[in-house]
Amino acid sequence: MSGTTATDPDPDPDPAEALRTAAADGVDFDGLEATRHDDGFHLAVPDASYDDLSASAFLDATRGHEAYVENWFFWHQHAPQDDASWAFLRWIERPDDPVPERCERLADGTTREWGQLLVEARTDEGGQRRYDLRHVDDADADVATLSVHTDPTDARRIRKTDGNGRYRPLSTAPTLARGWIFDDLDPTALVRAVEGFYPATIQNWHRERAGDLDVAHWHETISRQTGIYGVVQTWDRGEGHDHVNWVAEACCADSQCLKRREWEYDEETPLNVPGGDGVFPCREPCSLVIATARRWTRMEAEQARTYEFDLTPSEKAQIEAIIDAVADGRTDEIREADTSDGANRYRARYLRAKRFDDAGNLCGVPTENDEAE
Amino acid sequence: MSEALLIVAHGSHLNPQSSTPAQDHADALRASGRFDEIREAYWKEEPSFRNALRTVTADEVYVVPLFVSEGYFTEQVIPRELRLDFEAADWDSDGTSADHTTLEPTDVDKRVHYCGPVGTHDAMTDVIVRRAETVTSNDDVGAGVGLAVVGHGTKRNENSAKAIQYHADRIRDRDRFDEVRALFMDEDPEVDDVTDHFESDDVVVVPLFIADGYHTQEDIPEDMGLTDDGRGGYEVPTRIDGHDIWYAGAIGTEPLMADVVLERAADAGADVDAPETPGDGAIDSARADGD
Repeated sequence: MSGTTATDPDPDPDPAEALRTAAADGVDFDGLEATRHDDGFHLAVPDASYDDLSASAFLDATRGHEAYVENWFFWHQHAPQDDASWAFLRWIERPDDPVPERCERLADGTTREWGQLLVEARTDEGGQRRYDLRHVDDADADVATLSVHTDPTDARRIRKTDGNGRYRPLSTAPTLARGWIFDDLDPTALVRAVEGFYPATIQNWHRERAGDLDVAHWHETISRQTGIYGVVQTWDRGEGHDHVNWVAEACCADSQCLKRREWEYDEETPLNVPGGDGVFPCREPCSLVIATARRWTRMEAEQARTYEFDLTPSEKAQIEAIIDAVADGRTDEIREADTSDGANRYRARYLRAKRFDDAGNLCGVPTENDEAE
Repeated sequence: MSEALLIVAHGSHLNPQSSTPAQDHADALRASGRFDEIREAYWKEEPSFRNALRTVTADEVYVVPLFVSEGYFTEQVIPRELRLDFEAADWDSDGTSADHTTLEPTDVDKRVHYCGPVGTHDAMTDVIVRRAETVTSNDDVGAGVGLAVVGHGTKRNENSAKAIQYHADRIRDRDRFDEVRALFMDEDPEVDDVTDHFESDDVVVVPLFIADGYHTQEDIPEDMGLTDDGRGGYEVPTRIDGHDIWYAGAIGTEPLMADVVLERAADAGADVDAPETPGDGAIDSARADGD
């Protein structure tokens, strides 16, 4: 007779038998109770309870309550057991709902969004969870039109470029490319794929939920910089923190990054711009913020000076429209012939032709005016 | 006790190729099954060094810097950002002999075996020779051929040049190539005048850089006169001043580099025996196609 031997433990034991074994240590999970006493086994679910069961009667008693048994079995036998992965996988299926309701939902497939990712969890026979992962905007796409991936480490290569093939140095920028699907992943592979798209987000989200997210605020973060980034320390001059508000408004708004900013100027000094609504937190200024702050530190060492330009009201408004269009990343959306938009290319070219001198100075006014010093 | 390998590399905000070697070597090692768990972390990409150790499940983590030389990054930035209480003296290195040290990070409950950079490992010498073989398509390349090992070089860190010189000396001692020189981008002797340093008709030029990018694809090829504009590529070999210059591109992209990463971890005590049938033993045989 073929089958497992004593030296080859069954890799996939029967859930009810596994529960009976675990009853010796006591089980109390998602409404399921199983314990072993001197008088026999105890089994309980929310609307039924059995006591003093023999070993075989215990197995019989689990019949009819498979949803609870299989649910317990999945979370203790198949799901990855590290705290963060486990919590994330639980969150996906909204674990506060009773098991039967959850199982019904999982049979049809239930979804959660994580940044621009859409996770769909479902159960197969025996209560095992399988997962699909795709771009949230591909929720209704025909799978046949998507490139199918099964290796979760592919995710970190997919995240490198946006839909136009441009490099994405910030993985949590809201510019994730569409057109792919990770199909039928097991729970461990799902966690790996999500972490491939958004590194460390599951761990930091879990730390936050557990109340031990180690936030490093702006001042602390720039204070530890050395080398070419050490100069950013000189930008904090003890004269308020407007500059950090501007940094956060520029770099950390939801339109730029899907992490929710939890760092402030320092422990006692919150910033007065929104931190965003993202699911997962940002625990300290990232390397892009620090690198950009280095440039601003140098620029902001300059003193303001007065320039005089002659512009029509429309031209002043147009310059503002151009800055807005670049800042909002919508230059690609401006239609070729839409000359009502100040950031239209023909409008910008006309303004340059009229108002720039041969050296590129607005209204012929030099940027460096030594006579004014 | 489970073990993880964490490859730490520079990465870039501008150049997507910067992290490709770390990803490729991680994939090759993963395919070889030598570690339970393999992760990457970056100075300029994600996960950041600061968030790296929490992405690892294992209790024992072997941290291998994918850097060329000992210096600012290996001695200050990486240990600080990984929250390791590390002093450069812990390595007791002469500038090229950093091995490993065991430390406890402050943000996670793990043991970190912090290794010296791949660039100064002895096995790197073999990678340079392999690179010369692959760029010339000649497994016996050496006789009648000069080899230039090229480094960035910087006056701010003498170890930068030491690593280059170290491997050049070791290759010279093998008496395989007619001539071996250490040349630099930013200090003397400079790679600009590469043909001044060789009598051999054929000169193989191997830059000790981790990733292909501006320095290896534009700076050095243009400085040597291989091309006026590196963005358009260059011929291999290129005829310059009566010499054929075989320019290899960044050493870090060489598949054999994955072996150096593994050696670093093994030196620090990692159990890196291959599982089941080892095949021909070459990690790169299992390598995935890089993008």
